[in-house]
Amino acid sequence: MPKKDIKTKPAPKAKATKETLAVKPDSKLEEIQATRERKSVLMQGNEAVAYGALDAGVNFFAGYPITPSTEVAEILSAELPKRGGVFVQMEDEIASICAITGASLAGAKSLTATSGPGFSLMQEGIGFAKITETPCVVVNVQRMGPSTGMPTSPAQGDIMQAKWGSHGDSPAIVLYPASVKESYELTIRAVNLSEKYRTCVILLLDEVIGHMRESVRLPDMANVRVINRIKPTVPPNWYKHYDENQKYLSPLASYGEGYRFHVTGLTHDSHGFPTNKSGEAGEMMDRLRKKISYNMRDLVQIESYQMEDATIAIFTAGITARAAKAAIAMARSEGIKVGLLRPLTIWPFPDEAVRKMLRNVETVIVPELNQGQLIHEIQRLTKDKSESNLIAMQRVNGQLITPNDILHKIKEVS
Amino acid sequence: MANIPQRIIHEYLRHDKKFPHVWCAGCSNGIVLGAIIRAIASMDLDRDDIVMVSGIGCSSRMPVYVDFNTLHSLHGRAIAFATGIKMHKPKLKVIVITGDGDCTAIGGNHLIHAARRNIDLKVILINNNIYGMTGGQCSPTTPHDAIATTAPYGNIEPDFNVCNLAMGAGASFVARTTAFHVLELQGMIKDAMEHPGFSLIEVISACPVIFGRLNKKGGAPQMMKDFRDNSVPLAAVAKLPPEKVEGKIVRGILRREIRPEYCAEYAALSKRVQAMGGE
Repeated sequence: MPKKDIKTKPAPKAKATKETLAVKPDSKLEEIQATRERKSVLMQGNEAVAYGALDAGVNFFAGYPITPSTEVAEILSAELPKRGGVFVQMEDEIASICAITGASLAGAKSLTATSGPGFSLMQEGIGFAKITETPCVVVNVQRMGPSTGMPTSPAQGDIMQAKWGSHGDSPAIVLYPASVKESYELTIRAVNLSEKYRTCVILLLDEVIGHMRESVRLPDMANVRVINRIKPTVPPNWYKHYDENQKYLSPLASYGEGYRFHVTGLTHDSHGFPTNKSGEAGEMMDRLRKKISYNMRDLVQIESYQMEDATIAIFTAGITARAAKAAIAMARSEGIKVGLLRPLTIWPFPDEAVRKMLRNVETVIVPELNQGQLIHEIQRLTKDKSESNLIAMQRVNGQLITPNDILHKIKEVS
Repeated sequence: MANIPQRIIHEYLRHDKKFPHVWCAGCSNGIVLGAIIRAIASMDLDRDDIVMVSGIGCSSRMPVYVDFNTLHSLHGRAIAFATGIKMHKPKLKVIVITGDGDCTAIGGNHLIHAARRNIDLKVILINNNIYGMTGGQCSPTTPHDAIATTAPYGNIEPDFNVCNLAMGAGASFVARTTAFHVLELQGMIKDAMEHPGFSLIEVISACPVIFGRLNKKGGAPQMMKDFRDNSVPLAAVAKLPPEKVEGKIVRGILRREIRPEYCAEYAALSKRVQAMGGE
């Protein structure tokens, strides 16, 4: 009975109390909070995700330990109770995604963090969050697969899974940072987009971004933009859980607020009740698709780096894009006109920007830490093979693609 | 709804939206639903504060019919969803409706861990000894030698004693009854609702259309009579000779004890940490 022991002990003195705390009051987070914008702090990508989640207003985390994402859970287990939020270590990743979805239906801003094997287990739950339009965020710090693979080695093998992992058609919002700072920013953006679009947003990190330490200066909280879900203003008997009339962005009530709505993973009508009518089923599916496709301008984020005069373009994301930037600097010093197009939002895919790139350059190199995933999307957009040469560059052995590797390839094709 | 006779249960049903229901004639699920509603009505609870969560299966279709906050979730995962809801809003009364396959096969892991945590969920497990919705496959509670569509020569596996499983995992309120003993069930639901901790009620129920037909149980009325004749109240067990208890369904509250409840423990921890940080 640990509870009784604690209660019967005399209240410890202030100083003694501080020493018994697992997280000392002068913890890194508090140091960061005190010196935001004034001082740079050395932190890991996974730490940046945890701090980003807190700044975005996440007040519920359920997760299961898995390398290389565990630091996110560890930090939030220390920080959430301090702020009245909830941290639960669940029995597995399936339970984790279900718990964050349940909490979100009760009104929480919720997030979980995992890696390959856990991400695979979560797929059914991700589909449930999408069909029921329940906001939540899944952070996947990618490791090399398949299966247990190489838990501490990088790979970019979950790009397609992040979109197609759950059965059935389900449009996805997936963000992909390339630095520790961006991990912080895109975590906030992921939470914001999940609230705005009422869906499960996925944040893909590379193992090396999750574990890499970089100097980061976090913005002052006053400069952090936080989006909260729209609450219904109608009386309960007028409430439609899936209201089609507001540009596919509909209000969301929470359990316990008098709205008494029904949520089901079955195909449902606009009130949320199951339906077998093909008309209503089609409308529901259209709505899920249009919610994304009608808002591309808001969703798509892309970095275009030295592309103005480029004849060779590199298209890649995450850590590989950083290697590409270094390669570009070296190539440019030798007079080769090469640039980088990097999606920060990897799904929905930035079709328009890629088409423009394909029109303007002669050669596109697609380096990626997998056996060919991003390149399929580029191929899909290459109507005419003569438009530009498409060069694949793939590596899956636990090692990164280095700047020199990319430079070598650039010289080969230039 | 003009001609529907108004009884207490009708006040709690979404009768203008979702009827007729999907359950077969003779199914016990409606009996359990009625007992739940009457128990809740007798307790003067605000229905805005009640959440009914289910997984997938025949019994898990229940939430759609009742005017509470309702969630028809994934197969086996009702307890995991309910854990999220309860932890974020502990003031809500969270009832989990589940079946033998949903809760003890695919959802077994969530059952034991929720019981271990002693989180204040009210799990009503409707045990019809078979997967009904998919057409009669054997479940972890299909009796040894019974016939199922995936055990056409008889089930060679031993079955789970669901209540022992829950008690072994640490559930603080565990009860068992049958769909025949509806008033007893109603009382147990009320007791469970008032109990602060993980509560599980196993309701032995009749699936005459599939389990009954495959195993020649003689239709719904006969199955109900069997529940009456083949069950003994817990209080009587000690007085009866062992051979009279052998093979019978033991009904009653098998465990009721007060243990630290998970949401309360978390709230205390959170308070303690906040008090420390503030100094």
